[in-house]
Amino acid sequence: MTAELTRDEGLRLLHEMLRIRRFEERCVELYSAAKIRGFLHLYIGEEAIAAGVCGSLTADDTVVATYREHGHALARGMSARSIMAEMFGKVDGCSRGRGGSMHLFDASIGFCGGNAIVGGGLPLAVGVGLARKLQRSEAIAVCFFGEGAVAEGEFHESMNLASLWGLPVLFCCENNLYAMGTALARSEADTDLAVKAAGYEMPAWAVDGMDVLAVHDAARRAVAVVREGVPVFLELRTFRFRAHSMYDPELYRAKAEVEQWKVRDPLDTFPALLRERGLLDDGDLDRLEDDVRAEIDDAVAFADAAPFEDVEDLTRFVYSEVAR
Amino acid sequence: MTALADAPTTVRCTYRDAVREAIREAMQRDPRVFLMGEDVGMYGGCFAVSRGLLDEFGPERIRDTPLSESAFVGAGIGAAVAGMRPIVEIMTVNFSLLALDQIMNNAATLLHMSGGQFAVPVVIRMTTGAGRQLAAQHSHSLEGWYAHIPGITVLAPATLEDARGMLWTALEDPDPVLVFENGALYNMEGELATDAGPVDIATARVRRGGTDVSLITYGGMLPRTLEAAEALAAEGVSAEVVDLRVLRPLDDATIIGSVVKTHRAVVVDEGWRSGSLSAEVSARITEQAFWDLDAPVARVCSAEVPMPYAKHLEEAALPQVPSILAAAREVLGG
Repeated sequence: MTAELTRDEGLRLLHEMLRIRRFEERCVELYSAAKIRGFLHLYIGEEAIAAGVCGSLTADDTVVATYREHGHALARGMSARSIMAEMFGKVDGCSRGRGGSMHLFDASIGFCGGNAIVGGGLPLAVGVGLARKLQRSEAIAVCFFGEGAVAEGEFHESMNLASLWGLPVLFCCENNLYAMGTALARSEADTDLAVKAAGYEMPAWAVDGMDVLAVHDAARRAVAVVREGVPVFLELRTFRFRAHSMYDPELYRAKAEVEQWKVRDPLDTFPALLRERGLLDDGDLDRLEDDVRAEIDDAVAFADAAPFEDVEDLTRFVYSEVAR
Repeated sequence: MTALADAPTTVRCTYRDAVREAIREAMQRDPRVFLMGEDVGMYGGCFAVSRGLLDEFGPERIRDTPLSESAFVGAGIGAAVAGMRPIVEIMTVNFSLLALDQIMNNAATLLHMSGGQFAVPVVIRMTTGAGRQLAAQHSHSLEGWYAHIPGITVLAPATLEDARGMLWTALEDPDPVLVFENGALYNMEGELATDAGPVDIATARVRRGGTDVSLITYGGMLPRTLEAAEALAAEGVSAEVVDLRVLRPLDDATIIGSVVKTHRAVVVDEGWRSGSLSAEVSARITEQAFWDLDAPVARVCSAEVPMPYAKHLEEAALPQVPSILAAAREVLGG
């Protein structure tokens, strides 16, 4: 498949990953500047997954993500402005400042959170899949979750239900090897996660999550299967280069391990591959960087200028605003 | 004319029949509605509520689930977000704790957390309450816990009319509604109007008018509270009985309106006393009608023990007519 890569496609995937990387780097600065508060979980190192998977979906599909979801939101098409404004706690944020970094929502692009209960989004995705099946729709549900969720009962219940009922759900397990500070081998009796899907009679593949082309290819194949009403489990093997959150002193892993993974940084390896194939030159990269910088500068300016929700509106949206 | 005049205007049925009719009507009226839960199909429902519906509507819409409360409740929430109108049945309130994450962290929060974008029009029904010697993992009354949660509406139908009429209104609500059916009520029999239909899910109701004391209750405690009111009448005491019906949001106007009239209140709640719905009702009366009270608000609640199996112990743990009468006499000045 990789042999068929076009220049447009290559640049699109690179652009997407670069947006996420630079966006996250800016978030770190803004966190230090106290513009962003609360928990902030960075996606740095894992960009190939969001870019590869979200690029394989159609507008009608629904995405349910986790609290480390800036990358999924950007790759799904949420504007950097609305995400940044959300993290600034502004009314023009995607969730009107009620969600923050962990709860990005955008109904217009089928982005259903931003779920910060590990495993809590999986039943939701199963429900969206059930609705699509009952509605005789072609649309599917895609659920992102970390390998930590595999230890949750909701993971097993959801996998079973989706398979039992033949629901169009793509389960994307982002295995970054650490559930906060707990290494996979310290929490799973069997660390081969794709094998777990076999217990639910579900097709499953392990994919190199540092290789955006491998992810994109696997996602396209998986999505095609899911649209036929067969759920699929993808284990996407990746690594987060940064701490779990801004509060994490990273006492649980060796610096050497992080450095070892950084050798496989998709933001280094993918541009190198594109150059090797003659699909990218210095001018392209500069232009992409400029575009991304301009987009993020604009997003920060927008977020800075945006107003806060009126305190009088605090209790809006606890219930729907309809006549009862 | 005679044919019309002779046509029955009521039908004799049970609370169980009324709930089943409500589900059937909802299924017929709206193709987005489906019922999902443990043993709702082939078995006919643990309490026989859904018996016959599988044959009528088929397995796609009367959907048996595995014993995966969190997944199927969460799936109901997801399906609601995606345009369906699911009725999710949980066998008992004790089992609902396995799905509490989905109810609390998703159903109740999604709309607000998304800045108004994702409403969750799901209805979750479950059995609650004791009285059937089912011991400490099938008998509790935890609806008061759920009434603590902003974002959901909590209903406790205690009459045939409400069992028949609350469901459709709940399904039309854009937000999550939890319906607590007290297991002791399923066999309650009575006359139900043949044209019984949707009822409001916003107000409390005075079930018996009175002037001397307000007995405020809901759900499985309503029949025995009415019985207590009858006994008080024989003693010359005019007791008003308020059926809360809706546990969240509470209808303060009806509660306070009654207390302002009678100047005395007894709250009868099958839940435990500490940190409870009865505490909430009592606090609101104190906040809003303190100067109208002629006596402190009294409460009759379940004993603070896990519900025991033995019949005499279970009866001793629950509010009974004599304990309601004793509380009423106390606030009336002994």
